[in-house]
Amino acid sequence: MIKWLILAWRNIWRNKRRTLISAASVAFAVLFAISMSSLQKGGWDRMLNNVVHFYFGYGQIHAAGYWDEQTIDRSLELHPDTLAALSALIGNKPVCPRLESFALASTGPITMGVLVSGIEPAAEDSLTDLAERVVAGRYFDSVAEEGVLVAKGIADELGLEVGDTMVLMSQGYHGVTAAGKYPITGLVSFGSPDLNKLMVFMPLETAQYFFGAEGRATTLVLQMADAREAKVAVATLRKNLDPAIYEVLDWEELIPDLVSARGLDDAGNNIMIGILYLIIAFGLFGTVLMMTKEREYEFGVLIAIGMKRRLLTGVVWVEILFLALVGAVLGMVLAMPVVWYFHVNPIVFTGEMARAYEQYGVEPIIPTVVEARIFIRQAMVIFGMAIVMALYPLLKIATLSPVQSMRH
Amino acid sequence: MAVIVTRDLHKTYNPDTIPVHALNGVSLSVEEGEFTAIVGPSGSGKTTLLNILGGLDSPTSGYVEIGGTDISQLSENQLIDFRKNHIGFVFQSYNLIPVLTAYENVEFVMLLQGRPEKERRERCVALLEAVGLKDHMDRRPSQLSGGQQQRVAVARALAPRPAFILADEPTANLDSHTSANLLDIMGKLNHEEKVTFIFSTHDSRVIERAHRVVTVEDGVIIRDELRS
Repeated sequence: MIKWLILAWRNIWRNKRRTLISAASVAFAVLFAISMSSLQKGGWDRMLNNVVHFYFGYGQIHAAGYWDEQTIDRSLELHPDTLAALSALIGNKPVCPRLESFALASTGPITMGVLVSGIEPAAEDSLTDLAERVVAGRYFDSVAEEGVLVAKGIADELGLEVGDTMVLMSQGYHGVTAAGKYPITGLVSFGSPDLNKLMVFMPLETAQYFFGAEGRATTLVLQMADAREAKVAVATLRKNLDPAIYEVLDWEELIPDLVSARGLDDAGNNIMIGILYLIIAFGLFGTVLMMTKEREYEFGVLIAIGMKRRLLTGVVWVEILFLALVGAVLGMVLAMPVVWYFHVNPIVFTGEMARAYEQYGVEPIIPTVVEARIFIRQAMVIFGMAIVMALYPLLKIATLSPVQSMRH
Repeated sequence: MAVIVTRDLHKTYNPDTIPVHALNGVSLSVEEGEFTAIVGPSGSGKTTLLNILGGLDSPTSGYVEIGGTDISQLSENQLIDFRKNHIGFVFQSYNLIPVLTAYENVEFVMLLQGRPEKERRERCVALLEAVGLKDHMDRRPSQLSGGQQQRVAVARALAPRPAFILADEPTANLDSHTSANLLDIMGKLNHEEKVTFIFSTHDSRVIERAHRVVTVEDGVIIRDELRS
């Protein structure tokens, strides 16, 4: 076996220049594909992580039907032991309650729509590190504190600072009028521009009072380490909770637009990389064609002296595989420092470009992601290419007549 | 004992369009240990005869028996195995594998046969010594002269211990001195190891050394001359 592999390896170096050019083209494709995929995945991971980790969480529990019609009237009544019971179902992972509803926020003559989120300060900080996102002022001291934390984008829009007063107006539980004046205790800044222009936080009990929804919550956020753990927890909850009372959603269901946008972007990227690989495949096929054509005589001799066609095909196939893998390995080696560099030093867009990203709700920072899966995928593609390439010499050898080939 | 027996061999190319009758009833018997030259002008059918004897081509009609086996009854894979184990080939253009050393070229068919490494090593060294190339066993064909390459080809043909060796114009690309040297080696192997050689040749030096000269013309044997 080893001898045949050695033979295949030596065969690819018969024409060093041609092999190096072919390997270089494969290496370029692999380098490009890995860099693009890492960058794309890195960008999306960061954005999804921002949205999931900093607000939505990996899973949520609501009253049945709340997600389709997000109204405070579809809130849950929070019994003192409800959170503990739900937490027990998912391995005592924390469950963080929120009371959320839209409101109009005003200061002076300017008014804008905001999402008021009533939170338990300690639980929320543990879930989303909200305290760390305070860029001015301070975080909440207690669950009943009178005050609001305002997202930086809203503060900029309304011209507000810490210590100013914000007027909030909304419709509360069962149609009561909700209105109040709240001092701004701090400003928070999010990676996601969307969240930056949307969020106003209020301690849970203050929010319950504001909306006239004492003892109620619209959302119970599951505090999970990662998406995989969340999948298990969501499945467990769905199995154990009455669907007539509760609905349980995982993060992909909470942000379907982003998930489908990512899928669309992935598809576009895959098409582009696919076209690149197709071009490279044609180049590689040219090499395979020449390798096969110029050795027809030799193939005839080898079959004449007793080499079975199957073995000969195997050796030629390994040659093509080696040729492709030399390029693939080279491409991966070249890609590693590139991917690592942009992982440590993400691309930060500024100026017009940054504003364009922000308009679409995307943070203008794109790091690469270092994932073995991306590298392995390229190796699989190259492996697939080699299998397809091998069809030509396979057919040629299968139908080759030693006498005919040695006559030429 | 006859190594090769053919009876009334016919070979027609393009039977449906413009038929070319390469062989027109060749019957031949080659005994073990013979040093036979098949001669004839270009287009006489000697290469076709050699291809059929080597199991590389099949006759349109007739019978070919090699070492007691009717090779026309063998499947493609059986025929490849048969060639590997019973027939050695020496080609006009040497046809060594360029990426293998002299030693590896000689070892090649034994590898195909699945012979153990110790046996392969001993046989390769012995054969390369016999053809005077023991000191060149690590060289690749491109580092050897034409004559040296042909000697490696002879060693390769002998390596699997075949029933006979078919040599298609083995001296055609060699100068007279190198040809004489190669013929000395083949003569010695024929004499000492009783290896059967069948040549297709135009070369008078080969014909002079042959024990038997079979002359083919227009696809038939017109003369079969035994020499002492």
